Amino acid sequence: MSSRGRRITDEEMSELVSKLQSLLPESRRRSMGRASAAKLLKETCSYVQSLHREVDDLSDRLSALMATLDVNSPQADIIRDLFR
Amino acid sequence: MYRRSFKDTRSSLGSPNPNFSKPMVALRFLRALSLVRRSGLGACSPSYRARGIRRAAYACMAASAGPRRAWSRALLRKIRRRPGRGLRRPRAVIWRHRPVGGGDRLEVALRRLVPGGGCMEYCRLLEEAADYVKCLAMQVRLMQTIVDSASHV
Repeated sequence: MSSRGRRITDEEMSELVSKLQSLLPESRRRSMGRASAAKLLKETCSYVQSLHREVDDLSDRLSALMATLDVNSPQADIIRDLFR
Repeated sequence: MYRRSFKDTRSSLGSPNPNFSKPMVALRFLRALSLVRRSGLGACSPSYRARGIRRAAYACMAASAGPRRAWSRALLRKIRRRPGRGLRRPRAVIWRHRPVGGGDRLEVALRRLVPGGGCMEYCRLLEEAADYVKCLAMQVRLMQTIVDSASHV
């Protein structure tokens, strides 16, 4: 059974496509030009990969900061209070 | 039958998860960070600690999204399967079944990137990808905020 065995209508597909497109950042949307499903998939894959890299990078930075900063410090308490 | 299931999909696209509000995610992640520090990881090498932080980031993200999403279930399964060991990145490499129908190169790439995306229907994959992107972007913004505020001491 093919992954596209379900007959999705054009309307349903374009709705999903525009929803995905709206989640991409502005810079990526602009570079896409005319949105086709293929271009959107490509941009989404590239965006997810860059987000994964950012999580890696931010984890490294948080780890370095943790060495120098006490996470139980007043700053962390302030952030916690903001969200109470 | 197909149209009905798509409508279910569509309704779940907009339904908010009460656990997944930005403050809740932030609080959960901050707690996880202080746990990382208090656990033995706090005294480890920075790179090992970074792996623990990354795993905490994905775990918090998935826990906040809740069990309603295939990607969050897959992520939590992956993370809980390897307790105490560093997780390189929760790539959806372990597929229980081959992806149905093969699909084109881009579709396969997306299936690899979205956790649990290996064998779901194409329509569902796009929906899961959209939710995953949204949550991942929020997690990144959250971590950036914490780094920024912690840097300006």
